[in-house]
Amino acid sequence: MQIAARRLDHATIFDITGHIDLANSPELRKTLLKELRENKTPRVILNLTGVRYIDSSGVASLVEGLKAARDQGLRFILFGLSPSAREVLQLSRLINIFEVHENEEQSLA
Amino acid sequence: MQEHVLLLDLVFVSDPHLLSVVRAAIERLTEVYGFSPPECRSITRAVDEALANVIRHAYENRPGQRIEVSCKRISELVEGRQREALEIQMLDWGVPLDPRKLTARSLDEVKPGGLGLHFIRDSMDVVERRQVNGGNQLRLVKYHNGKVKDQRPQGA
Repeated sequence: MQIAARRLDHATIFDITGHIDLANSPELRKTLLKELRENKTPRVILNLTGVRYIDSSGVASLVEGLKAARDQGLRFILFGLSPSAREVLQLSRLINIFEVHENEEQSLA
Repeated sequence: MQEHVLLLDLVFVSDPHLLSVVRAAIERLTEVYGFSPPECRSITRAVDEALANVIRHAYENRPGQRIEVSCKRISELVEGRQREALEIQMLDWGVPLDPRKLTARSLDEVKPGGLGLHFIRDSMDVVERRQVNGGNQLRLVKYHNGKVKDQRPQGA
């Protein structure tokens, strides 16, 4: 997994590529919590277009990010879900908990 | 009638970075075996989550511990009907998993963790645990709904 950050005026977009699994979900969790709790970016957006796989530990990291965002009154947005990523959020019944958009333009609107 | 044909044997160590290697092998095997793309993804997810549980809970994140995965084509009589299936057996020698500690959380709760067991049960038709030769065996079976490709060598 690789994470690249793009910082805009009122949003940070994390472009994530590869697989999110037990080997690297702690790194994702740490990155998200730092952005939300320390930088308090109003809108944190995860570009998952390049993510082919998310396991349950990855889902747990996303949930922690969502909870941190809610605690701070910030927005936490996902876009570009692959079939596998969408399935895993549907299986965990979390697809409607997250703010999910089709693309970057909609996420920034 | 019951038939077992070995398709793939994997032996590796408890390193989370190797899970992507195992996923690639299982996903390709399920594709070759003729499962649909969603079935391939769900079987791969089940195996991955089960192995993550072995690393985290049975081996308590200790690296370098032995894990075996054996994949077989099986044919067995189920409720009066002969079914073709993929059987995946996983074996480790860590702490036996305590079902009381390894419980799936309610899906109505929005909190991290406890999802892996849901993914395994949702994906597979049979999920069985037992002790074998001092190790912990997890047996997963996925029945095939269509015609299974014959993976046996010519003349076998």
